[in-house]
Amino acid sequence: MRATVLVRPKPGILDPQGEAVLGSLQQLGFAVDDARVGRVVDLELDEGDREQTRAELERMCEQLLANPLIESYEIELVEDA
Amino acid sequence: MSTPEPEPRVGVVTFPGSNDDRDAALALERLGAQAIPVWHADRQLPDVRAVVLPGGFSYGDYLRAGALARFAPVMESVRALAADGGLVLGICNGFQVLCEAGLLPGALRPNQSLSFVCRDVALTVERADTPFTGRCTMGQRLSIPVKHGEGCFFADPDLIAELERSGQIVLRYEGESPNGSVAGIAGVVNADGNVMGLMPHPEHAVDALTGSTDGALLLGSLVDATRRVEAAVPAAV
Repeated sequence: MRATVLVRPKPGILDPQGEAVLGSLQQLGFAVDDARVGRVVDLELDEGDREQTRAELERMCEQLLANPLIESYEIELVEDA
Repeated sequence: MSTPEPEPRVGVVTFPGSNDDRDAALALERLGAQAIPVWHADRQLPDVRAVVLPGGFSYGDYLRAGALARFAPVMESVRALAADGGLVLGICNGFQVLCEAGLLPGALRPNQSLSFVCRDVALTVERADTPFTGRCTMGQRLSIPVKHGEGCFFADPDLIAELERSGQIVLRYEGESPNGSVAGIAGVVNADGNVMGLMPHPEHAVDALTGSTDGALLLGSLVDATRRVEAAVPAAV
């Protein structure tokens, strides 16, 4: 099983990286109004119960992959074909 | 004949990537403490009632600054020491580690300017009655260097109000903050007042040769307080 975790700065949290990217995109002439920069974590997991795996991924996010105070996360679970 | 006063013992933790551990130890020794090196992989702390988590880039600042050091084996003992009323001071990366570990409120984000800042900053002492500021006076202005890329203190408005109300904000940047910290926060303590974190580096401001000696006020306060804590709880032999 594979999972992709998307970690984003929470709305309202200052994101200087996003602002720098926004400024550069605008400088290149692109019509962009906002940019936020987050993080992608791709994980390879042992095959197992989907719900259990999802619960485990939630714990990974809460304990390490995201700082819940400043970041939100989204989990995508992909079963191998 | 009087016996010389025993030197208070302060542990200084070295994580992979710490780089201010030696400076912290040197500064503490100059201020009359015995600095005991502590290795991150040690589960057990040596016999100390105070610990400094120094500056640096533990675990390469991977993921988020301080996020990985928080799981170092020694951190369980640091947590236990804090719970037991021992003193814990986190400087710069050490502050980030303590926030990530939940031993201090808030989080440290990349500087608003996205630039690494390395210069002396002016600070105002907001609390002179903590174990880390006992040698200071309320409202005193200190000049101490900062050097960090991720020192922008963040807490949501409710938490900031709570910190203000409970007097947990110990140091504030005077004037414009060098990193965009909310409410100009440079240093905070936990609710019990025995764990403190700050972004400026007091260990780099203890010798007139390199500028200010205001850092000695903070570390000297820690040495004084360690002596008191050791007297209250006799060290196990």
